[in-house]
Amino acid sequence: MKRFFLNIKKYFKYAVRSAKAELKSEVADSYLNWLWWVIEPFCFMLIYTFVFGVIFQNKTPYFASFIFVGLTVWEFFNRMVSGSVKLIIRNRDLVTKVYIPKYILLLSKSFTYLFKSGISFLIAFALMLYQHVPFRPHILLLFPIFMVLYVISFGIGLILMNFGVTVNDLSNLTNIALRMIFYLSGVFYDINQRLDGNLAHMLLRFNPVAFIMNELRKVMLYGTLPSWKGLGIWLAIGILLCALGVHMIHKNENSYAKVI
Amino acid sequence: MKKPAITVNDLYVSYRGLKKTSIRASWTKWKNKIEVFEALKGVSFEIEEGKILGIIGKNGSGKSTMLRAIAGIFSPDKGSIDLHGHSISLLSIGVGFNKKLTGRENIFLSGMLLDFTEEQIKQKEQEIVDFADIGDFIDKPVKTYSSGMYSKLAFAITAILETDIILIDEVLSVGDARFKEKSYNKMKELISDERRTVIIVSHSLGNITELCNEVLWLNDGQVVEIGEPNEVVERYRAFMNQKQA
Repeated sequence: MKRFFLNIKKYFKYAVRSAKAELKSEVADSYLNWLWWVIEPFCFMLIYTFVFGVIFQNKTPYFASFIFVGLTVWEFFNRMVSGSVKLIIRNRDLVTKVYIPKYILLLSKSFTYLFKSGISFLIAFALMLYQHVPFRPHILLLFPIFMVLYVISFGIGLILMNFGVTVNDLSNLTNIALRMIFYLSGVFYDINQRLDGNLAHMLLRFNPVAFIMNELRKVMLYGTLPSWKGLGIWLAIGILLCALGVHMIHKNENSYAKVI
Repeated sequence: MKKPAITVNDLYVSYRGLKKTSIRASWTKWKNKIEVFEALKGVSFEIEEGKILGIIGKNGSGKSTMLRAIAGIFSPDKGSIDLHGHSISLLSIGVGFNKKLTGRENIFLSGMLLDFTEEQIKQKEQEIVDFADIGDFIDKPVKTYSSGMYSKLAFAITAILETDIILIDEVLSVGDARFKEKSYNKMKELISDERRTVIIVSHSLGNITELCNEVLWLNDGQVVEIGEPNEVVERYRAFMNQKQA
């Protein structure tokens, strides 16, 4: 674990620079360049609001903001998990030419995702203003809550990254799992209302994405306090996953170059 | 007595264990025995600081594997490699570029991976750009480069940033005639530096005898001999001719 922190310190600047460069290159050759970061999530929100608000007549208050908070959480988790499976293979050029602690690749990627989530939150605030959601000081709690999500996704990402090198079809499996988590997270419905007590309880307890989403909505939209106990437990699980992932990567990382 | 730059002791590297697989295959075949390919079988040698070592050997004899092991990309399965605290870079075709990014951005990223700070790279940036000599392409994404430009930039980065130990894998014949001459001269300049240690892997025996002070002959992952370039190269030639006959 000490080696992990030393490496993070040593390569932190690299990860930041690489993330910046990546974001720059992403917009460099598209017509509307950075506007896409705003347009894309906004359009998704419109689609979901129309389908579930109008067609399915969902009466959840502040529905657009409600969906948008959910989408922000979901997009971050989804990008971290699906991006990490093939991360090392995608960086073949780098991995076979020079030594780099492999989690730095994920760290750098996570910075680009964090940046996009930041934009997403800004849009969420704009929507909340538009829908006259009262802003309460509770909203600041979104930082610790999102941090818990970051730690969990980072841990899962590390583990998938390690197996993604050797198991060719892991991405098929993760796609299915992700789709399931997506529908069971309540991006476009309120788990507490739609499902009866037991099932809702189970989902909110065992699906970290649903849990985080619910807590974020509590502090951002409803002005209630999050469940500190739940956050603490998931933070602990996240740290455990990270420790496991780091351990696996330290053990195997020098062999990755032989396989890809 | 000069200080040693690299000490390789009883080095074994094998390709095994982590094999590509699919989920289904890992259910059904996990009991099958795993193929083991030993690329290096107990290689030991030592280079003094400032020496130029050439590595020769037929294809598949473990030359590139050894360079990668020394560069830290592979870990040894057995044995040890001691760099005595020197910084190291592996110059093989393309130093690990991110193809979506511009050449200039890649200079910084590869430089940082070679343990240089952003300020140090900034100072050398212009020199690298000039040496690579690829014009406006330096601000275009690397994926738009021709293979010559790619190698020129790679060579320029490693040559100008000057790590203590440089490992060169078959790149002396990079680029057009003009760049070839320029890189050859730069190589000679780097090599003449008292403190810099260089390992060259090449099939061009002419270059090897001209540039190196010492030659290591690898065959099937084992050291056949190590010594004075002309003698080793001559016996290697004889060996290769004999195999053809």
